[in-house]
Amino acid sequence: MAWTRKDLLSMRELDAGEITLLIDTAASLQEIASRDIKKVPALRGKTVVNLFYESSTRTRTSFEIAGKWLSADVINFSASGSSSSKGESFIDTAKNIAAMSPDVVVVRHSSAGAADLLARTLSCSIVNAGDGAHEHPTQALLDLLTIREKKGHFEGLHVAIVGDVAHSRVARSDLHGMRKLGMTVTVAGPPTLIPPYVQELGAKVSYRLEDAIGDVDVIMMLRLQQERMDAGLIPSLREYAHYWGLTLDKLAKHARPDVLIMHPGPVNRGIELAPEVADGPYSVILDQVSRGVAVRMGVLLLLAGRKGGDHA
Amino acid sequence: MSAPRPREKAQVLDEAALDRALTRIAHEILEKNGGAKDLAFVGLRTRGVSLAHRLAAKIAQIDGASLPVGTLDITLYRDDLGMRGTPVIRGTDIPFSIKDKTVILVDDVLFTGRTIRAALDAIIDLGRPTAIQLACLIDRGHRELPIRPDYIGKNLPTSRRETVAVRLREHDGEDRVVIEEPEEA
Repeated sequence: MAWTRKDLLSMRELDAGEITLLIDTAASLQEIASRDIKKVPALRGKTVVNLFYESSTRTRTSFEIAGKWLSADVINFSASGSSSSKGESFIDTAKNIAAMSPDVVVVRHSSAGAADLLARTLSCSIVNAGDGAHEHPTQALLDLLTIREKKGHFEGLHVAIVGDVAHSRVARSDLHGMRKLGMTVTVAGPPTLIPPYVQELGAKVSYRLEDAIGDVDVIMMLRLQQERMDAGLIPSLREYAHYWGLTLDKLAKHARPDVLIMHPGPVNRGIELAPEVADGPYSVILDQVSRGVAVRMGVLLLLAGRKGGDHA
Repeated sequence: MSAPRPREKAQVLDEAALDRALTRIAHEILEKNGGAKDLAFVGLRTRGVSLAHRLAAKIAQIDGASLPVGTLDITLYRDDLGMRGTPVIRGTDIPFSIKDKTVILVDDVLFTGRTIRAALDAIIDLGRPTAIQLACLIDRGHRELPIRPDYIGKNLPTSRRETVAVRLREHDGEDRVVIEEPEEA
């Protein structure tokens, strides 16, 4: 299996073989995290720019650590404190950064299609680290890697994706990836937060948490994205937490004893996830974060290491 | 892979000769190091790992010592990333400390020496061994770096267009070493 893409923009564009290659590569790179000297020279002399127009803790740090462990030079750019605040357009900023010859630009932006626009404009590799409510492919890959490590396989697994699906780029990327790898997906949430595309992608839909979590191997809880939400989609936070918050009690009553609880972070404790569930024995939320570094190392390595990867 | 299947030109080692070469190397390792104390094997993926396990088994037979065997993947240390297509990472697994050990690095065929250069860097990134020694089943010449093996199964003069194929039971269902050359078009 050869990697030929210049960019990683979405899970939609990848086939099952490419997804498996990314996950296998990431899995093999994980041992670097347990070394005394966490550095290998693979990307020596390569430059990775993190171009983040939205706030981020996990993703930006994770890409930065991944790049540094592979010996790339990693430069962080965030919109605040940059010339964006002087009115420079997104594409002008990106072209200026590209003029400094980076090998990979990792971009996060609030508009869907931002990464795609850069990929078409710039000759360096682009990684989509989240574009609006569209996609977040590296999050889906780390979710998949975590699931494979905990369950041993993909084929035949059943996943429930629960909560604010409408605003979630993670849900869309996960759904593409999980369906391509032969998993069954049930999407659940209040009707106002379930977008119509999920059925086109082959997901089942449920409007009751208790039904959705009944017979699944994995429960993926999503963050209620209050910052993206217009008024009126949910009656109140309290009501949402009551009907859609995952508690130990609901888990004990309805879920299987070997279920995995996942969450892409950041967690709204007490809203979609009770603290004792987030920190409980079913939770693999911090495993997801650790796998995230491995996945991003794999992505950077495959993009920068592809044949003719030097485009100077 | 659509490259034409290479033609077998000559057999270099058969099963018995391959086994004898490994037995001799095992004795040489014990002789050179005055026994098996503080020795550890690190095999280079893929066939170096199998050879390392066989050498460890020989030493167990001769000396009774049970030596650790680790697996090294040097892909992340190559000097030709981006020149050979998609890098395939299969992972390093050295579940013991190499600090204060004499590490016997094992590879099947020694050629330009670039793989060994990468392996030396990779091992030193894992800790500080007392010494690193190199064992290879076939030394086919054409070195591009100042690297010399400590233990050699067989010296084999080759031309650059030939390839040396080490076939091992664990991977190929047979034990033998052959020289191959590309089929003429």
